[in-house]
Amino acid sequence: MGELRLMKGNEVLAEAAIRCGCDAYFGYPITPQSEVMETLMEQRPWDTTGMVVLQAESEVASINMVYGAAAAGKKAMTSSSSPGISLMAEGISYIAGAELPCLIVNVQRGGPGLGTIQPSQADYFQAVKGGGHGDYRLITLAPASVQEMHDFVKLAFDLAFKYRNPAMILTDGALGQMMEKVELADYTPRRTKEEILDQCGSWATTGKTSGREKHVITSLEMDSHKMEQNNLRFQEKFKEIEATEVRYEAIRCEDAELILVAFGTSSRICQKAIELAREKGIKVGLIRPITLYPFPSAIIAELAPKVKGFLSVEMSAGQMVEDVKLAVYEARCTTPVKHFGRMGGILPSPNEVVDALETKF
Amino acid sequence: MKNMDIKDIIKPENLVYDKSELQIDTIMHYCPGCSHGVVHKLIAEIIEELGIQEDTIGVSPVGCAVFAYNYIDIDWQQAAHGRAPAVATGIARTNPDKIVFTYQGDGDLASIGAGEILHACNRGENIVVIFINNAIYGMTGGQMAPTTLIGQPTSTSPLGRDVALNGYPMKMTEIIATLPGTCYVTRQSVHTAATVRKCKKAIKKAFQNVMAKKGTSFVEVVSTCNSGWKMTPVGANTWMEENMFAEYVPGDLKDNDIQKPAIGN
Amino acid sequence: MAKVRGAVVVEKEGCKGCSLCVEACPQEVLALHKEVNSRGYHYSYMKNPEACIGCSNCGAVCPDTCITVYRVKF
Repeated sequence: MGELRLMKGNEVLAEAAIRCGCDAYFGYPITPQSEVMETLMEQRPWDTTGMVVLQAESEVASINMVYGAAAAGKKAMTSSSSPGISLMAEGISYIAGAELPCLIVNVQRGGPGLGTIQPSQADYFQAVKGGGHGDYRLITLAPASVQEMHDFVKLAFDLAFKYRNPAMILTDGALGQMMEKVELADYTPRRTKEEILDQCGSWATTGKTSGREKHVITSLEMDSHKMEQNNLRFQEKFKEIEATEVRYEAIRCEDAELILVAFGTSSRICQKAIELAREKGIKVGLIRPITLYPFPSAIIAELAPKVKGFLSVEMSAGQMVEDVKLAVYEARCTTPVKHFGRMGGILPSPNEVVDALETKF
Repeated sequence: MKNMDIKDIIKPENLVYDKSELQIDTIMHYCPGCSHGVVHKLIAEIIEELGIQEDTIGVSPVGCAVFAYNYIDIDWQQAAHGRAPAVATGIARTNPDKIVFTYQGDGDLASIGAGEILHACNRGENIVVIFINNAIYGMTGGQMAPTTLIGQPTSTSPLGRDVALNGYPMKMTEIIATLPGTCYVTRQSVHTAATVRKCKKAIKKAFQNVMAKKGTSFVEVVSTCNSGWKMTPVGANTWMEENMFAEYVPGDLKDNDIQKPAIGN
Repeated sequence: MAKVRGAVVVEKEGCKGCSLCVEACPQEVLALHKEVNSRGYHYSYMKNPEACIGCSNCGAVCPDTCITVYRVKF
């Protein structure tokens, strides 16, 4: 059993980063995630593990610092909240285009624009459909507890390095600010120079030694035919990710007639809604996507012919609902797919979810 | 002696000037007479002379010099437009044993990347910044840059830069020199053999400063873009001397021998 | 009398005919050839080789690093 602590989601992101052997964090303050960098600055990991922590002048700079460190084979991360992630879109696209591994955490708040500092899930499209320019994908993990906020830091880095692709933890202000019991992992030392060479020596800018060609990290290719080949290679990688890395949790789906689909904070609310609905005799289950990209389409397709309908519950105007519809369509089913959501920083209540189930089906 | 055969002179033992071994044997994409080629050559020579090929990581910009990575045989990262100082920060902070330099033009450094360069220099990042100022956007077709001179015609200021419309030429190097994080700030040129040799000394010093972990060294090279300026290469050099140097006066702006406080991490 | 003799080798195909070396030469050794290389540039060559002192000014200013310089001292 690892060390148990009562911690905020944001604090645990910092703690998990230090403990998983992260090499660098670059960030810029924004509510509701500022505790990530504050915790790191209090912890001073540069004195212990040697992890670099730097407050950048902007989110634009943060993500480009991540690019520089990641391109040298380092485990680098940043965190921000919705408006800051928009600023990072350029850098994220470059990181994806240059095939660099890194972790970006989005502790979402309500938008659009400056919006609100209250929690939201309205950056789903931005996270899973792109956000920046060009054909790329972010491996997107959606924690639903402080424990998962902790666990997914390591998981995101592992996946990012496995596929040489940026990974995102898409969470929200509620989980960032929430305190829960968390079991902390033991400290994994940062990789040594030799270990980095073993893992990333074939591509990273570790310094051109006489035994190898120079390494150039770039997303640029002026020859359209070669650029298309690059894109085809990325697409192969995404296919492999879609085939291999889908993660979800199915709760009480065995006898369910209606299926809620919800991630993160919404999925916690839905678990209460299931209890309330079942007390009323409505057999409800929940599919909780843990990976938003790759999306767990297969389980939805499998359930589609067996159930009366799906309700996508989101803290947005309805974004993930489109992926649920696609999954049902791909299964050649006509099972109704509906959406219920609250916006602007409002969390849906379990009773509202039950009402939506009763009125929409 | 006058009758000495050329073949007797062209012998390995008489070699006095040759391409650096670190300069990759390929024809550069630059226009004839472009200053970029000269500065690339100097950087290759300096890295070779200092014996730091294995330790040097270059950061190329967006602009004509985006392909700098094709010409010098070291590891490179290519940065988004203006972001090279942030990328270099990421490399240098996590690899304090490496010698990191950025190579940026005036559109990249003074316009879109004004924020990144100011803050990298203000933090005193242990990097070399090579700033090629030719007062124009070369790659995109000769548009006005922050450093374009008053009255200078460009494709987006066809009647010349108008102060009322576009403001004033931006003296980045003077601004950078005010920042305590910088240890060496200088303005050079490469339009004559003498200035090329002087510029090489300046860039070499900048690299040596980074090897000694002194903080940011910033070398502006006032340059020509004869294609963008619509002049001959020789004519562009003359125009630069007569016009650019009045606004961008060559010489050292700062040369401190103060060691920057060591970074805790 | 000059106590040094020099020689310049211009890599013909690498030359873009910018003539910066012609301008930089203190001895008026170099000129652009009336013929062009395969890429269509009037390349630099030693028009007046006897005058070369091997000062390397041409090499220093050459943006395309296509000049190699040799020098013999007497």
